[in-house]
Amino acid sequence: MAIPKIIGIETEYGILVRGAPESNPIAASSTLINAYLTTLEQGRGGHRTQRVGWDFQDESPGTDARGDALLLSLAPEVETHLVNAVLTNGARYYVDHAHPEFSCPETADALSAVRYDRAGEEVMLQSMGAARSFLPDGEEIVVYKNNSDGKGNSYGCHENYLVDRAVPFGQIVVHATVHLVTRQIFTGAGKVGTEAPGPDPDRVPFQLTQRADFFEEEVGLETTLKRPIINTRDEPHADAQKYRRLHVIAGDANMSEVATFLKLGTTALVLAMLEDDALGPPIGLARPVPSMHQVSRDLTLSSLLELDDHRTATALEIQFGLLERAEAYAATCDVDVVGGAEVCTAIVDQWRSVLEGLERDPDEVADRVDWAAKHRLFTAYRERHGIDWDDPRLRAMDLQYHDLRPGSSLSRRVGLVTLVDHEAVLAAVADPPEDTRAFFRGACLAKFAPEIVAANWDSIVFDTGEPALHRIPMLEPGRGTRAHVGELIERATSAQDLIESLGR
Amino acid sequence: MEEVPPTSEAGDKIKADIDDLLDEIDDVLETNAEDFVKSYIQKGGE
Repeated sequence: MAIPKIIGIETEYGILVRGAPESNPIAASSTLINAYLTTLEQGRGGHRTQRVGWDFQDESPGTDARGDALLLSLAPEVETHLVNAVLTNGARYYVDHAHPEFSCPETADALSAVRYDRAGEEVMLQSMGAARSFLPDGEEIVVYKNNSDGKGNSYGCHENYLVDRAVPFGQIVVHATVHLVTRQIFTGAGKVGTEAPGPDPDRVPFQLTQRADFFEEEVGLETTLKRPIINTRDEPHADAQKYRRLHVIAGDANMSEVATFLKLGTTALVLAMLEDDALGPPIGLARPVPSMHQVSRDLTLSSLLELDDHRTATALEIQFGLLERAEAYAATCDVDVVGGAEVCTAIVDQWRSVLEGLERDPDEVADRVDWAAKHRLFTAYRERHGIDWDDPRLRAMDLQYHDLRPGSSLSRRVGLVTLVDHEAVLAAVADPPEDTRAFFRGACLAKFAPEIVAANWDSIVFDTGEPALHRIPMLEPGRGTRAHVGELIERATSAQDLIESLGR
Repeated sequence: MEEVPPTSEAGDKIKADIDDLLDEIDDVLETNAEDFVKSYIQKGGE
């Protein structure tokens, strides 16, 4: 039986200090986040109520899903000294390496995840506004939701899915690989040029994704070099006997809400089908890494991928095959595992509509697929000005598509369809999702922040004034919802009172 | 990569829309594209 596909999405944003070319990105990221937190505190009467730090007790990003950690693989370093906050919406907001990162709270379905992903953008926008008073005149921090600087540096938008530990990891590798490689046709955020060593840049004037250039391995633990299509980080942030967290690093950050929805929704469905043994025999790619690059660089969507049984298929054909299985599955499965009937239907309907549109003419999905929106715009601009693909004006537009400032953003101007309204996004900046453990985290933060020492994905540490601190474990991502604990938190008069009532 | 000029009615509509969009974005595009692209460097991530 499939288990609920709880989803989390984490985005590292590009950052630039305009007016200060020599600025340090780590300092800029810290200023951005501290400015946001300070503004929140001022709004609450000057108390440091929001400044609850992250608890690193259970962080172990070096644990490998394949069992023995390979000696050659590099465990990611956990930086503990930079600003690292937990927000009342259940998110983590921190400096990751040289970028501001917003890790969304756990959500129960892809639509809710889109709402919190957009809330992350809103937090960045508010942070940029707050940072103005901390910078000299003429300087401005600007944040970009993209994955590459066009000069060979990439930063990630990672997805996380709760998966049943009983599913052998080898099966996840086979089935997820083919989906991650072929879904690029609708998840790609588009990019002018290439940053991979090898291909003649003139032969890749534009490609579907920001990220494909940076993938060199099929399976592995790294996230910053020799990036693998399947990341083996085995850090469930939950009961490790029951759950796995599939940490997907192979996707682009999307400006299109439909693209984010499909990226998360189709992947959640594929994983649920895998748990229910509803995927049929795997479609194995003979050479996954070259196929990933091939799909990203084929604007005609017609190039043939080599399969491991000596047949060939296009990415579009493979996606149609997965979609047909998903449609059959959706008709009979427990739809609650992907967030209920409405969300499930929206995933398969939108999936079909986008694939059919891509098959007829990618311009048809320029209102939902980022690369198609970019390609349509850049092509028209090239024609009007008679310029080549390597013209700096197109590279600038490529970056500006991802600029979050409403006055400058190109993605806000290309007519992208939206799925969540602005009011709901604004509410998600402050309030947690109600249907995962993020509710418990966020609601405790909102009410008992002065009594919370630290929090992380699977626990909260309270200081109630007693000699010992209290750690409340949250090892079940589906528990701690409003239905479970909403009333308890509301009635509790203090953290001590809450802890006692939880123990009853 | 060669573009086929749209001929259908839907194609004409797409073309008209994109022309309007190009007019609109002219005002918001980075004024010094080359400097902007050069200054956009992001090291260290994930």
